[in-house]
Amino acid sequence: MSVISSYARALAVQTGRAQPVATVRHVHLSATPMVFIPLKLAGEAAAPLAALVGTDPANPRLLVVPQPRNRDLRFAFMAELADVMLPYIEGFAAVTETVEAKTPYERSSDAPQLLVPNRGGVAFTKLLGRSTRFRRADGPYPVHPSVPVLGQWLTFLAERAEYAGSSALVALTEALALHWATGQSPMEDANLATQLAWIAPPEGQNGPEAALAAEDPLTSPPAGPETHPDFDGQVLDHAIRAYESSGSPAQVREALRTQLEPTWALMWQAVRLLRGLPEAATVDARWAKDRDQFTRETARLADGGFPRGRVDGAVSAAIRLADLESALQTYEAQRAFDDPLVMTEHRVAGKAFSGEVVAVDATRRIVPPGKTRPAPRPLVTIRTSDPVRLSPGKRLFSSRNRKQKTEIVSIAGDLVVIQINDQMGRGSTPAPGSVPEVGEIVCYAELDPGGGQRPRLPSGEDTPWTHGGPPAPYVPTDEDAQEAWS
Amino acid sequence: MTRLDTLRGPAAPLDHNARTIAALAVNPGCDRRALLDAAGIDKQRTATHLGYPAPFGQSPFAITRAASFDALVKANGCAHLLRLLRDTLDLSISEASYSDISDVGGSDNHQVRHTRTRALLKRAASDGEGAGTLFDHPLLKLGVAGHQVYLEPAIIAFQIEGRFHVVEIKSFAVIDDQADAGQVAAAARQSAVYVYALRALFASEGLDPDRVSHDVVLVCPKDFANHPTATLLDVRQQLAALDRQLSRLTRIDRILDELPVGITFDIEAQSPDEAAKAVSTVDARFAPECLSSCEMALFCRAEARDSGSTDMLGRTARDELGGVESIPTALGLADDSRLPSPEQTEIAEQLRYVRRIYIEAVA
Repeated sequence: MSVISSYARALAVQTGRAQPVATVRHVHLSATPMVFIPLKLAGEAAAPLAALVGTDPANPRLLVVPQPRNRDLRFAFMAELADVMLPYIEGFAAVTETVEAKTPYERSSDAPQLLVPNRGGVAFTKLLGRSTRFRRADGPYPVHPSVPVLGQWLTFLAERAEYAGSSALVALTEALALHWATGQSPMEDANLATQLAWIAPPEGQNGPEAALAAEDPLTSPPAGPETHPDFDGQVLDHAIRAYESSGSPAQVREALRTQLEPTWALMWQAVRLLRGLPEAATVDARWAKDRDQFTRETARLADGGFPRGRVDGAVSAAIRLADLESALQTYEAQRAFDDPLVMTEHRVAGKAFSGEVVAVDATRRIVPPGKTRPAPRPLVTIRTSDPVRLSPGKRLFSSRNRKQKTEIVSIAGDLVVIQINDQMGRGSTPAPGSVPEVGEIVCYAELDPGGGQRPRLPSGEDTPWTHGGPPAPYVPTDEDAQEAWS
Repeated sequence: MTRLDTLRGPAAPLDHNARTIAALAVNPGCDRRALLDAAGIDKQRTATHLGYPAPFGQSPFAITRAASFDALVKANGCAHLLRLLRDTLDLSISEASYSDISDVGGSDNHQVRHTRTRALLKRAASDGEGAGTLFDHPLLKLGVAGHQVYLEPAIIAFQIEGRFHVVEIKSFAVIDDQADAGQVAAAARQSAVYVYALRALFASEGLDPDRVSHDVVLVCPKDFANHPTATLLDVRQQLAALDRQLSRLTRIDRILDELPVGITFDIEAQSPDEAAKAVSTVDARFAPECLSSCEMALFCRAEARDSGSTDMLGRTARDELGGVESIPTALGLADDSRLPSPEQTEIAEQLRYVRRIYIEAVA
């Protein structure tokens, strides 16, 4: 949120239609994403109730648990879900490409992408992963062998979703909110139906009318994972009773189908809308990271890798946190450099400025601190009307050349002088095009797409006593596998 | 008949509960909610009558689950609970007495139950050293906006070694020692209301209020099973917030004084339009957060939309638009079609700049 998006929201109210807050698409969209709409039973921690899942808009697969309190039926549901998801996920491992790097390596050419309606869907996916990954196909309470495998994959996907810029598991309301500001509050934007009503209202309606209509739980049932309380009381309860007396799940299936199908249509509408936007420059690079991780996880599971433990050890937790922060920093910077509209948010905040180059001292050479010989350090003067809140010495980057380091020399009135420090070739004068020219419109920001460096951390075996000492390596126990699930 | 009774009409007044007080404290500037609650008006029925039924409810599955978990924890003279208390509070409770105050001699009259609660708690506090005592469903009273209200008793008060703890039983799961942050925060806010009310009762009985601990015992199901686990929850922060916000609540008298004479919110006697007009005479302060906690939210939202209020975009947006109250004004300042008032010059300049770079970037 920023004053730009708030202004766009106000505009949306005035015009009766959502307004753009991005000019390009910042999420990767697979050619064959798998849409997954899970529902859970109210009041239970992680009791799956139903799911509509599939890669073909015309052919969703409906899975239900006719009595969600019955654990055997729940695991039968998970086995069925594995039947749909595992061939999709594991199918991507077959085709690989060689990545040219210092040490070339193999990477999957594509990776699975799971689309859920909202953040609740991501959280529930994580819970489903947590509740199934420790299960075993033998011993007491055996489950189908595919269930723990699915649990590992759901855990992997839910964990990827925590990394900024990952597109492995995407909540569509959040993806839409990255690109459009509606005339309602961010809290209400978590409702896919009303959010889409503002973005693409049906013929003859404006955004607020369509959004109001989309709040009717009869025409737009909740997108899950929670169901509507009235539906629970008036329909589902009876249907479950009918199943218990007759043994036929038909009524439960029919009831849940009515709850899920409207959302299914909305999900694909959202996909079409997002596909309509041109892809941002760095989306591909971020998707390559998702593919890297997918390749690694495939290899780990093929080696019989254990399910992820319940809690992280100290060192792995610190590494994870550093990586999450670095991913966020890179993502923020890339998004701004990819999209002038996103950059406006940083300009308003005074962390970036845009303007015309009015003077260039391209031949300037100085002896940089710590060096002995003079080197080119051109000065560029930019006239800007942005409220710059940066101080001399601040390191800046630009979308002209995202690797080039520059720093602020002085700010006087609307004139900002910056010094260019590298990426000018090996000659005694800067290579042509490496320094902006007079009349050019440029934009500099204190956003570093490099993501910063991960702090040096000890290995797991060297965890200091302050952090509990070296953790015992996690080995799944029988107890984990037999954990009660009531 | 007091003016509040007139406002409510012939219907019986509704009890406050910790949830309503916590919600009120979250939005202390809302006169409408404060007044409707103080008069004990059924907001759910009122909102339905006005054509804006509350956007939330509770699933029968959730209610059943909560009730069965509650029953499990309290089964066999709170056997589970005592075991958990021994573990979490690290106590050696050999035995504990249990008294249920949900009805007194067959009477569920509030006054009778409250008097009984006071008497029992006072006696326990004065001589009950050592032995553990559990009081289920204590009926507490609290002064809200200059008005005494009863609190629906959804807790157990537990005394051990002279200290009282509030025990709250919730049915959301704690998975791998982590629970949903939103639900824990809500539970902490609600428990704080009980601690606050219990301390008020102690103070009025001349006992030391600090004998009520700020550590609340939260009992939840563990992982995916039905097995209870207990955690201590420090609610000092919530207590401080509650104290501050309750003291900031507008006095009900002041709101009443500004109302037209003879006005009533009685929905039996008035058409929806008349009732809506009556309710609208009291100012509301809508925020999107109301949608999940206040039954009147959809009515107030419609009002905010009709008046083009920036409130409907959320608090962040409102603040970022410089606190300008209406959307047309904010946009008017941005495109220079409206002259800023002296205090708006700064925000007007920023909005003009925002509009310029927004247009430039979109194009």
